[in-house]
Order: sequence, then structure tokens, then C-alpha cells
Amino acid sequence: MLQIVALSLFVAGTSTLIGAVLGVPLGTMIALRRFRGRNFVRTLAFTFYGFPPVLAGLLVYLVLSHSGPLGFLGWLYTPLGMILAQAVLVVPIVAGVTISAVQVVERRLHETALTLGADERQWRSTAVHEARLGVLTAIMVGFGRAISEVGAVLIVGGNIAGQTRVLTTAIVLDTSEANYLEATVLGIILFVIAFIVFAALQRLQSEGVV
Amino acid sequence: MTVPLALAGVQKSFAGKAVLKDLDLRVEAGEIFGVVGPSGAGKTTVLRVLDLLEAPDGGQVLFEDRALVPDSREALAQRRRMCLIAQNPAVFRASVFDNVAYGLRLRGVPPELVRGRVFSALEFVGLLDRADEVAARLSGGEQQRVAFARATVLRPDVLLLDEFTSNLDPANVRLLESATRRYRLESGCTVVIVTHNLFQAKRLADRVGLLLDGKFLEVAPTHGFFENPSRPETQAFLSGEMAY
Repeated sequence: MLQIVALSLFVAGTSTLIGAVLGVPLGTMIALRRFRGRNFVRTLAFTFYGFPPVLAGLLVYLVLSHSGPLGFLGWLYTPLGMILAQAVLVVPIVAGVTISAVQVVERRLHETALTLGADERQWRSTAVHEARLGVLTAIMVGFGRAISEVGAVLIVGGNIAGQTRVLTTAIVLDTSEANYLEATVLGIILFVIAFIVFAALQRLQSEGVV
Repeated sequence: MTVPLALAGVQKSFAGKAVLKDLDLRVEAGEIFGVVGPSGAGKTTVLRVLDLLEAPDGGQVLFEDRALVPDSREALAQRRRMCLIAQNPAVFRASVFDNVAYGLRLRGVPPELVRGRVFSALEFVGLLDRADEVAARLSGGEQQRVAFARATVLRPDVLLLDEFTSNLDPANVRLLESATRRYRLESGCTVVIVTHNLFQAKRLADRVGLLLDGKFLEVAPTHGFFENPSRPETQAFLSGEMAY
């Protein structure tokens, strides 16, 4: 069981990290830059909030399968493939919430930064810093999506015991085999993990660390 | 004589409405120039064009007799020699210290120098003991003093003040006016101040210009402007007879 918990944290944590590294700059750029098709890109990012995990899993499965473009990597039925599948789900969420957070940073602050000598790159960095609570929320929401997700990791990981079985896929398996007690215990563990992570982040917020 | 700031034939429109109409202005080095005029005359737009926050539709912004192109590299370098303090300053979600240190950090000033300069700037506006407080929790007057310290810590050659004391109590007005005078005296910087408060223009400015309908109608040394205006419009404005 410890191995399942550790793998769940590793897969969800890594995909959230990827989501933050790609999603925060992407969301910031969409929020602050004026470019052709900006509204379309923004709508697309928000649409991906509701992207079905099984569809993401299917797409990543096709890409990683033997005949797929990334089949040579041999990531199918491995944690790396699962991370990729979850990252596909997490990046748009982090980007979307970041867009909302950065957009509400006051226009007056933009002008204040400019008049104090900021160039556009420095302003973008300031805007993210100003919106840091919202950006942290974006990352938290991304982690919530990743740790609780089941469809994509089931398709891409295959739920192989000792290799790709995570908390959510183990719950699905136990439920299908009528091991309700074990499934419930795993469910409680999943809930507790999410609670600890969110409580820690909330504490950082309330202490003014972010 | 060096002319640090000038506008030559500047035009600016918003939504088809002309706000500045072939406006000319020369601000001499080291002077405090007051801009007065009725609401909607374009006073704030003059400052925003000078600070390169607004690109003029026509005409030129000249800094030390060199025409500036907004959004160019040179414009950024020149903007870093100016600072605009707005009527309602926006403060960053950070401490008073970090707010004042912001511009220095942008310029890559080493941390050991930042500390001393920030404390000195805070002392200048009487906020030395508030350095660690969250800037957004200060009163409006104190936030304006933070904005003043945040600007002057950068030692700008040009200070642009936009109704910078209009919402403040008399004590804060006196403090900031005194700080402006002291800063000009110590740094020799040029100051352009937009104000509705004619008494403030009288107290601070060396010269005053009446902006009316997008143009300077009369520009004169402060004493002459108030005591012996040459234009009937200026007389009407000063006596409060001008309806706007």
C-alpha cells in the first residue's frame, strides 16, 4: 500500500510540477499580451477545464502506443506515460486559473511598474508576483485534478500491480472485486493526502509566505 | 540652457475626441512647473505623454532636446530618469520597504545598497518606523508618502506629480510639499506638477501654465501669473468665473 501511495504522490506531484512550469508562464502570457487570436486561445484554455480524462488518456495512449509518434520512448504502461497523461490535463487548468488571477491585477499597478522603470518582461514577473495567491490556487487545483484523476492513468498505466497502480486505480479495482473495505481505506488515504497538501499551502498563504 | 523636457506640436485624441491640440511646452532644467486648468483640459494627459505612458498621435516629446519614440529602448532608458506620482497611488502587495525598493531592484542595484537608500527615502517622508508594515494597510496619506519615497529613491531627473495631494489631509499635504521642495533643492531635478489647487501651484511652482482646451493659453512666472495675468481667460479661471 505504501508503494501505491508513493507512486500516486510521485505521478501527481510530477505532473503538477510540469503543469506549473508550463501553465503559469502560458497563462501569464495569454493574460498580459495582446496578440491575434488571444480570445480564442483563452476560450480554448477554459474549455480544456472540462476535458474528459478518458479522452486525454486515449490520446496519450495512441501517441505512446507502438505505432504512435512517441512509441519509441516505450512509456506506455509506465509511470512516465501516466505523468504525461496527467500533465495534459493539468497544464490547461493551471494556465486557465493563472489567466483569471493575473488578469485582475490592477491596470494602475501596470502603469506604476512602468513609471518606476519596469520593462514588459519585468512587468510580467511583477504581475505573477502580485497574483501569487491566485497562481498558487491554480497549482493547487491542478494537483487536485491530478491526484484524483483515474481515467487517463488507467488507460495509459494499465493498473499494473507494483508498477503503475495508484490510489485511484486501486480503488476502481477493489470496488470491481467487491473489496469495499480496502477501497474505502484507500479512499480515506487519498482524502487525507489531499487535505494535508492543501492545508500546508493554505498555511503558507495565511502566514504571508506567499 | 539645457531643456530637459519639451513637447512640440503634440496632438492626442481619445475615441475621436481631441484632448491635446498642437500643444507646445518647454520646462526648463531644475524648475518646478505648475499645470493648472479646468477639469477635462488635458492636464493628466500632458503628464502621461511626458512619461511616455501615452504615445502622441502627432508631434514630439523631447528629453534634453532629443525626440523620444515611445516603446523604444531609448524611451525606457529615459523613462527610468523620470517618475510619475499619481493621484491615487497603487501599492504592490508587499511591505513598505519592498514597495520602495521595487525600482532599485529593477535596476539591479546591489541589495547592500538598496537597504540604505530605502531607509533614507523612508526617513525623508517620515515613514522609517513603518518599513516592515504591509503597504496596502496604510492610510491614503501614508500610501502617497510611500509612493513619493518609491519615486525619489530612484533619484529621478524629472518628477511628474499628478494631483499628488488632492485627497490628503493638510498635514500630509504640507509634508509632501515640503518633501518636494527639499528633493528639488537637493537633487536639482525638474518637476512638473498638475494641480487643481491654485494655492499649491502658488506655493510650489516657479512658473505656471493654464491649460485650456488642449493648449497652453498662458505660461508665466508664478507671481505674474497669479497677480497680473495677461489673458482674460486666465483672469476668469483664477477668479472662479470660468464655467466648466
